[in-house]
Amino acid sequence: METTLNPRAGLTKEGKRSIWYRGLSEIGRWRLFSFGIALILIYVVVAVIGPELAPYGPNATNPKATLQPPSSEFWFGTDKFGRDIFSRVVYATRLDLGIAFSVALSAFLVGATIGGLSGYFGGGVDDVVMRVVDVLLAFPAFILAMALTGILGDTVPNVIAAISIAYIPYFVRLTRGEMLRVRTRQYADAAVGVGNPRWRVMLVHLLPNSLTPAFIQVTLVLGWAILDAAGLAFLGLGITPPTAEWGVMVAEGAQRIITGEWWTWLFPGLAIVIIAFAFSIVGDGLRDVLAREER
Amino acid sequence: MPHLLSYVSRRVGLALVTLAGVAVFVFLLTHILPSNPAALRAGPLADAALIQKYEREMGLDQPIYVQFARYAQELLSGNLGESWKTGQPVRQELGQRLPATLELAATAFLIALVVGLGLGVLAAVFAGSWIDQGVRLYATLGAAQALFWLALLMVHVFYYTLGWAPAPLDRLTIGVPEPPHVTGLFTVDSLLAGQLGTFLDALNHLWLPALVLAFVVSAPIVKMTRGSMLDSLNSDYIRTAKAIGVPRHSVVMRDGLRNAFIPILTMIGIVFGYLIAGNVVVEKVFSWAGIGQYAWNALTINDFNAVQGFVILIAVMYVGINLIIDLAYGFIDPRIRLG
Amino acid sequence: MPEPLLQVRALRLDIRDHERSRSVLLDVNFDVRPNEVMGLVGESGSGKTMTALAIMHLLPPAATASEGKILFGGRDLLALSESEMRQVRGSKIAMIFQNPRASLNPLMRAGDQVARALELHQDLSSAEARRRSIALLQHVGISDAEARARAYPHQLSGGMAQRVLIAIMLACQPALLIADEPTTGLDVTIQAQIFELIKEVQAEAGASLLLITHDLGVVSEVCQRVAVMYAGQIMEQAGVLELFQRPSHPYTERLLGSILRVDEARDLDTSKAIAFASIDYDNPGCRFANRCPQVLEACWVRRPEAQWLSEDHVVFCHLRNQEPA
Repeated sequence: METTLNPRAGLTKEGKRSIWYRGLSEIGRWRLFSFGIALILIYVVVAVIGPELAPYGPNATNPKATLQPPSSEFWFGTDKFGRDIFSRVVYATRLDLGIAFSVALSAFLVGATIGGLSGYFGGGVDDVVMRVVDVLLAFPAFILAMALTGILGDTVPNVIAAISIAYIPYFVRLTRGEMLRVRTRQYADAAVGVGNPRWRVMLVHLLPNSLTPAFIQVTLVLGWAILDAAGLAFLGLGITPPTAEWGVMVAEGAQRIITGEWWTWLFPGLAIVIIAFAFSIVGDGLRDVLAREER
Repeated sequence: MPHLLSYVSRRVGLALVTLAGVAVFVFLLTHILPSNPAALRAGPLADAALIQKYEREMGLDQPIYVQFARYAQELLSGNLGESWKTGQPVRQELGQRLPATLELAATAFLIALVVGLGLGVLAAVFAGSWIDQGVRLYATLGAAQALFWLALLMVHVFYYTLGWAPAPLDRLTIGVPEPPHVTGLFTVDSLLAGQLGTFLDALNHLWLPALVLAFVVSAPIVKMTRGSMLDSLNSDYIRTAKAIGVPRHSVVMRDGLRNAFIPILTMIGIVFGYLIAGNVVVEKVFSWAGIGQYAWNALTINDFNAVQGFVILIAVMYVGINLIIDLAYGFIDPRIRLG
Repeated sequence: MPEPLLQVRALRLDIRDHERSRSVLLDVNFDVRPNEVMGLVGESGSGKTMTALAIMHLLPPAATASEGKILFGGRDLLALSESEMRQVRGSKIAMIFQNPRASLNPLMRAGDQVARALELHQDLSSAEARRRSIALLQHVGISDAEARARAYPHQLSGGMAQRVLIAIMLACQPALLIADEPTTGLDVTIQAQIFELIKEVQAEAGASLLLITHDLGVVSEVCQRVAVMYAGQIMEQAGVLELFQRPSHPYTERLLGSILRVDEARDLDTSKAIAFASIDYDNPGCRFANRCPQVLEACWVRRPEAQWLSEDHVVFCHLRNQEPA
């Protein structure tokens, strides 16, 4: 677009419209973004009130009603042990969302800290950190998580750790890059010049400004973490039966692919895909808004 | 040429350093992390004597650096150890299964590349139109996919419901013999041997998993291509080309795409990673006898040597592909080539 | 008065920006005559580049030319289809922009880009075009043209890159050249050289040049006539000498005041009295109203009509309506 014209000139009178709306008011983007937020909220609510919502317990077997297709009694049908799939999907929401947020949070905290420090101090420290990051990034994230989980053992904390480790390098690189970019800006020098101690400058001025791309990455990682955790569970790693987890359920349902009991794997899989989709849309929207503001 | 030479040597050097790091990392993973690899190998039912035997065999009673030296030596000579389960050299076992994975991955990759580039260019050229919207929807859906679930869905639709695909039971129908081994790729080998029936059967088993994998892998390619083309088409040199009356198709192809291609190339390296990860899952759903299935099996029974071999192989391939792409930059982009 | 080569009449350009529509150009009127250097001068944001882009039909998708005419060679350019316009671009009207290195395809050698323009517009074979491109590069003052032709844009200095672009423009043999701030970012000595080159090239080719700039100094050196633009409206148009000696619009006076010589008996306060204010796009009258020291009631209501002070000198200002011609 033409750079001699500032699109904001002339909007000053009216510019009180929320930056979110302005940033996303391209065709349908705002609606899509809020749709994504709404979906996430629904999932969170389900996670919180799960037990109230589910008609049956997650492990309540019912030998007389195995492999029933969806009906008014069992909304999503039953699996080979007669467990109500709808209830299990609902209970699993808590676990999967919990994993996703834990992964995103730990990867972000650890990665952003390391990246910020590395970028700020530079030199030998930075070199070492970047080489370690290179090594971790020499594996596709899922493969790395696979290997780590397999070796660490099949528990939920291990899964969270394994997936976090796979995504920490992304955050390190992002924050480091931003930190490098931001560190040379004049206001950092100005702040130091006025007498602020260096650590303070870094914490208060530089770090927050380096974090913008990291925030966007967080929404993406949230989605990927769920896909990865479920994917691992599908392969029999990390979270195993009889735990109610979406990936585990799909794995169990996969055994019935040839005999056609589609409801055993379709609904848990839908639960995964929908939330991943929601995180992806929200991440895209965030990127549009924040990138615009940066300019 | 000196500029190019320094660029190449820097990139190669970096790759080698990374691989060395990978070796160390994998060693840590398989020798340090598990509390007692020997016990794991011996299994839950083993007695102390068996565990001790394994400990000696695996050199676990030696100090760490001796273990590492042994490990490094083996690696450098290409020895990936023996599988704890079968006792066969891991390298051999991986080698046997690699063609199956390659056949699937390469087919999926080609399809994804053609579709991804094509759709990405279309979306950029017709930016804002319904074509663009449709393509972006495609990319968003593809990116958020749970590949394992999608594979199941496709099998259900195309095999169970429509009967267009065969049962997801490996690469050939039961009873059809494998073609004589030349490359290990059944499609190629059967053609070479003139076995048309086998060729069609192999193809029949290949198309669905390849398409599913291709769909997911094409999504980031579409996104990247579209973004890169848009940047390119909005650039100043495109404006100049238009301002001197260059015909539209020439602008898109000669100025737009060629310049857009560079970032797309990077994306292809990343996409390769998704491809490998996706392969593991797809191989499970379709019972495809590739290295993904091998790894999965190994992980389930704690065959660490096999896992180690698999992980190292993947890392080497991944680093290798990215290195090739980086070197390709050196040749394509005159800014790097000539400095 | 010779028949003008290009006539812009009542041009209006709207840009859609997040559901608001802004007229970045409103009632733009000026002419370019054959075989002259015409200046289009104004501060940044005044719409000069947009005007040029409108002439070339290279507007960004959010912009629509909703009113007015651009007459060239007996046709209204705004009414032409894209394919018809492609015939015009390059062969009849060619344009170069700021930031010369970015305007060249980074993956193509400089000589090849010139050769492409030659092949396109002069119907030469590729071998012939390659030979001519080297000659053309020499002609625009690039020494060691053969070596330079093999260079890629990133290996050229800004000045050299701009010369290459001028060569490309020449290869098209247009009747009208448009140069949008062609020396921004270039070294001062190089700037002078580039303007020299542009003048030579224009005179030799017998073409007209529309020079877009914010620099009045350049205008006085290079142009024969000039139009003064502010906020998407033309304020005044005159021969250069006439404009400098007898500016008739408060804005022109203010512009000139900013390069005022100290010994002139002119009101220095004129230049300081104008407070900075953002462009008032909603004003249906004269958009300089909110900054004009001599503003009248009418300025907020009605767009001033053209007042011809002499054969060559027209001003758009309500103040002049009241004075005798």
